[in-house]
This record gives sequence, C-alpha cells and structure tokens, in this order.
Amino acid sequence: MEKEFCCTCGSKSDLTLLEPVLAKYASVPGSLITILQHAQDIYGYLPTDVLWHVAEKTGIKPAKVLGVATFYTQFRFKPVGKYLILLCQGTACHVNGAKLVEAALEEELGIKDGDTTDDGLFSLKTVACLGCCSLSPVMMINDETYGSLTPSKAKEIIRELRGKQA
Amino acid sequence: MSKFLIKVGQGSCGIAAGAGKVYDVLNEKVSGNPEVTLSITGCIGMCYLEPIVDVYEGDARRTYCKADEKFALALAEAVASGNLDADALKAYEIAEEDKDYLRKQTRIALRHCGNINPESIEEYMAADGYQALTKVLKTMTPDDVIEVIKTSGLAGRGGAGFPTWFKWNAAKSSPGEQKYLICNADEGDPGAFMDRAVIESDPHNLIEGMLIGAYAIGASEAVVYVRAEYPLAIVRLTKAIEQAEKAGFLGENILGTGFSCKMRIKAGAGAFVCGEETALIESLEGQRGMPRLKPPFPAQKGYWQKPSNINNVETFANVAWILLHGGEAFAAMGTEDSKGTKVFALTGKIRKGGLVEIPMGKTLRDVIFDIGGGIKNDAEFKAVQMGGPSGGCIPADLLDTVIDYKKLGATGAIMGSGGMVVMDESTCMVDMARFFLDFTTKESCGKCVHCRLGTKRLHEILTRIVEGEGREGDIENLEELCTTVKDGALCGLGQTAPNPVLTTIRYFRHEYEAHIRDKKCPAGNCKTLIHFTIDADKCKGCTLCARQCPVDAIAGKVKEAHVIDADKCIKCGKCFESCKFGAIVKD
Repeated sequence: MEKEFCCTCGSKSDLTLLEPVLAKYASVPGSLITILQHAQDIYGYLPTDVLWHVAEKTGIKPAKVLGVATFYTQFRFKPVGKYLILLCQGTACHVNGAKLVEAALEEELGIKDGDTTDDGLFSLKTVACLGCCSLSPVMMINDETYGSLTPSKAKEIIRELRGKQA
Repeated sequence: MSKFLIKVGQGSCGIAAGAGKVYDVLNEKVSGNPEVTLSITGCIGMCYLEPIVDVYEGDARRTYCKADEKFALALAEAVASGNLDADALKAYEIAEEDKDYLRKQTRIALRHCGNINPESIEEYMAADGYQALTKVLKTMTPDDVIEVIKTSGLAGRGGAGFPTWFKWNAAKSSPGEQKYLICNADEGDPGAFMDRAVIESDPHNLIEGMLIGAYAIGASEAVVYVRAEYPLAIVRLTKAIEQAEKAGFLGENILGTGFSCKMRIKAGAGAFVCGEETALIESLEGQRGMPRLKPPFPAQKGYWQKPSNINNVETFANVAWILLHGGEAFAAMGTEDSKGTKVFALTGKIRKGGLVEIPMGKTLRDVIFDIGGGIKNDAEFKAVQMGGPSGGCIPADLLDTVIDYKKLGATGAIMGSGGMVVMDESTCMVDMARFFLDFTTKESCGKCVHCRLGTKRLHEILTRIVEGEGREGDIENLEELCTTVKDGALCGLGQTAPNPVLTTIRYFRHEYEAHIRDKKCPAGNCKTLIHFTIDADKCKGCTLCARQCPVDAIAGKVKEAHVIDADKCIKCGKCFESCKFGAIVKD
C-alpha cells in the first residue's frame, strides 16, 4: 500500500478537470469527502497525483487526505473496469447463497474480489449491503441492480455484457 | 381527469425486479391516450411481489403483481378498450392472501409509501402533507412540540431506543446561536432497508419531520447524511428538497412565520461506524469517521462543536403524523415502555419478504408467520437475527417474545433499526457469528484497542471453529473475550459487536460443540466439515455428477455406481445439486 502513494512521477492525470470542483469546495470547511467523491467520478478512481493536488489546493496535509481516502470503502486507488460489479454480502444475501455467487463470478471472470480483468472490462468488488434484501442474493453493475441470483444466472449476466462488446 | 390512473411501483427493489421495463412499455403504449395517466409510486413493502402495478378507476384500485412486459402489453390493451376484466390480466391480480399482508399492518412511518408519487409535492400535500408543519409553525412553541413528542413516547428508531423528546430538549436547552439538526440515513446494518424505502417512497415526510425537529431545537440548518449506496434515495430527496424550497416550506421565513431553515444532503462514503452519531459528525466534517468520547454529547458540542441533534430516518418519519394526530394517539399503540409502531425489513428464508410496520407489542411469531407467511419451501424455522451486527439470533422457542425494547433486549438481541433476517435449518449458527464478526472486524475504525483487536481475535477463533480446527476451551475463551470487548469498547459498534457470538452460544451451544468435538456442522454448511459420498444402491450411473464435477473427483462407468475421491473433492456441492436420484449423500 505505501508504495502505491509514495511518488507522483509517472502519473499524469488531467488536473484541470478537477478545477470546477475545487473552485466550489476547496475553501468550504468539511468538504474533503465531497471533493474526493467528485474526483472519483471524474477519474474513475483516485490517482495519486490527484490526491496530492487536492491536498495542495485545500491546504489539508497530504497524509490526512490519504487517511480520509483510505478510511472509506467507496474510494479506489486503482482504475476500474468498464463494468463495476458490486456483489452484496449482506446478511440476507449471505443466508441465501451469496458465497456461491461470488465463487461463480470469480470463476467466470478469472479474477478475485478487488481485481479487474485483463481486458479492462470487469471489476469485482464485494460490498456490505445494497439494501435490496428481498431480492437476495443481489449484485449491482454500474448502478443497475440484479436480483435473485444463482451461480448460473450470475455467469449468464456477465456473458451477456461481454457479448455486447463484440 | 382521465379514466384510468396507472401507478408503477418504482423503489430500488421494484426497479431491480424489472419495474423500469414495465413502465417503459406502458409509457410507449398509453402515451397520447387522454383516458390514461401513467405515474410512479414508491415501495409498498411487498417486495416479494415486485414489480407491482396499481390501476385506479375512480376510487376502485386493482393491484397487479410480478408484472412483466407481457403484462404491460395486456394492460395497455385493456385500458385502451376500457375493460379491465380481460383474462390476460387475471393471472397477475393480487391474491386475497397477499392483501392481508397490508391489512395486518398499522402504517404510520410508511403511511404514504407505495401510495403517492414520491417525486410530486402536490400528491404529498393532498395526502395531508405539510399540514403538521403549518400547524406547528403557526400555533405552537418549540416547548409545545417537545411536549407532544414526550407524550407520544417516541424513541429513537435507529436502534438505541433513546427517548426523542429528551434529545430534542437537550439540544434546545444547550446555549448557542447556531444549532444543527442532522438526519442519520447511513443505514449500514446489513439486512435492513427501512430508511431507504422511506426516502425513496416518501421523501417529503422526512423533510417535514426534520423541519419540525429543527423548529423544536432552534436549528437553522439541517443535514441528511445518506449512504452513497442508495443513489435513488439521493436523487429523490434532492428533488424533494428543491420542491419544498420552491413551495416555501424550506429556506428563509418559512410560511411567513419568521422561522428559517435550510437543508442539504451529504453522501456518505461507505463506513458502517458512521451510523454512530459522533463518528457521523466527524465524517460530516470531512474527517475519518471515528467516534468521539462522550461527554460532551452532540446536544452540547456536536457538528462544528455546536449543539446538534441527530435522529434516524424512521424517527423523523413518525413526527409529522404525531403532531397532526396528537401524542396520545401514538402512545395508545404499543406496550408499557415501547410506544407506537416499528418498521421491520423482513428478509432471509422468509416466504413473503418485505417491509412490515406493526404496533409494538405484537410477537415475533405475528410478524414472521402471520404476516410473513412463514419459512420458504416449508422448511423449519431455526432463528431470527435482529439488530444486525449489533444484535443477536433469537431461537424458535422464543418466537412468542413480544416486540418491545426491553423484552427483546432480555433475549440478548436488540430491537435494532429493524432488520429481521429469518433463518432455517440450513443456516449454521457458528458461521453466522463468524459472518458478523468478519463484518465488524472490517468495519471497526481502529480507534480503541478492545474493538480493533478484540473483534479480530473473536473472528479468528470463530474461523478456526468453522474450519474444523476448534479446540476445547474455545467457547469459554469466546465468552470471556466477548465480555471484555463489551465492557471496554469506546462506542456502540464495539460494545455490541459480541452480541451475535453471545446469543448464538447461549441458544445454539450444541452447534459450537458439534463443530469443536465431533468436527461436524449440523446445518451441513461449513465446507471443511462436510463430506460427499455416493449411495451405490441409489446411483444409476447416469454420469451427470461426473460431468458436473469441476475437479474430476467422480469416477465410474455408465450404468454403474460412481465413487467420489475424497482427496480431490472440493465440496462445491455441484454433484449434490445435480443428482436426480438423491444418490449423493452429504454429511
């Protein structure tokens, strides 16, 4: 983890994209999380040079910016695939077989929780609870929710999305 | 006025079940027909029947369930011909039995959910919306409001059950010009979705409740802290705030009374601990969400060190009703020390999962069997988990426990925010405890040692037990460690984290012992403790299991009994699921 954040050489995000956000929030106290959320919307994740830039513009120490960013599960430090799969691990999903769905997704995608496929298409992330418990097990792909999953249904959904690329 | 009004239920659950497509098809087919108005509504709470479509013809209301594209086409045709008695619609009509699901409830917090369009302030106002606020601002003092809330007996619905009037009064009495009112909509408890449903289905009710609270404590700024995982709730609440501002219910000099209050939304970033009020305040200030030492309490020094009051969504959702109908009407429901109603999210192995609002004083059996219809697939009820990671598992012989803060507390579980996850015989209780400790270990903020290390060690021991490496003395170790964590942790997260372990040991000790001593999982759930073999008498040699096996652990010739190689078997269970002759034995 340390290595990931130690140096900004090599990364070259377009920092101008963040200007409107910083203009609005940089001097508003308590806005760090909001700024980071916007930054993640813009870049898809939080690149190291963006974190440094936020620190510089807000006057918040870089260590603190990183401390806040790493505290919350919403923030990512690696680019994600075109489709971000959020697999629910809530209690209802757990008792209705979310583990089997997870195994099926890992098998179909060839990646583990937190990783992205080599073709940059899919990222898999397990999350606490999506609040659609009556449809458990549930996953959310780019804000669309898929419910009542079975291992084979989950695989089918992935294949369908993959098919759309061709 | 058009002849037919069609409302498609569009809560997150409904949309996930396909309500969006149903709406699109209807929209395409009926737009342009002056006899039909197409609208949306929120979540009625019968999640097991989603997508749900209501059709009004005058005052007559017909409800259709599990709607799909075929239904949408049939409905479009039926309304075009003006005849709703078409056969194609009959199959989708709600069953009498399912109508009882709503009839058996008493809806206060959810009174508008699934009935009105959450994106229309006009519909909310037509359903008595903003009348309570008008009454409060024009005829009552803040003390009057607090008195009504005191009479009502309303207690915090987020889990702790602290009297609402007391918090309001403390914040009101605290010296200071600037005060804040905060709504905790960071519903992080896995298995609970009451707050999401309220915001998605009736956002103005939340805004009205909050404004009354803000008036009572003297706050000029209100913030709603919403989970980022609830995008639709954020969209609907944003829209509702804009509408309320335009209508003059929010902002400067509300209704010409001189009272001013602005409201904004803050999206959380994913941390369960932020449901704890001081951690939530830290997060609002842009910090890591780590709890503060209490005292000072938020009512004294909260958001930006100013007096602040924090309540949960469901608590606020009751407020407007109470002010409109009087504290006595609310207090007339419930038990000696728990008043009013409570919303539960009924999920897990339940036949009719959804949202249920009932008066306090009903029993768990009423909710799970009478309303929820019992266990899926006619399986045996084993336990119900209440209160999420802070709660506990209540066994079958306590099903007649009355729903009330004290009585539930006596079982070792808690009322919690209202998550009710039902489990059958196939759920392993040791694994359940491990599941929750996995959650609290990850969500512990790390500030205090008892929680940071205690939950980790508890999780290690539980993992060891479910993996068949349990030792004599583990149960006693767990109990001792649980007590230490409970006593020593700084905030509610740590103090309650041991509850799932303690209740499962208390009621299901034999399952722990079976794992540790006999290396068996009675529920047949823990992978390392189960074994698959083939009953040679039942096996027909169809080869299906061998073809399904991902690791080629099954050998045998066609039409001859097959054999599983235990060394190769990864216990995925595919053979067990695929066998048509019941020849695969799991023990």
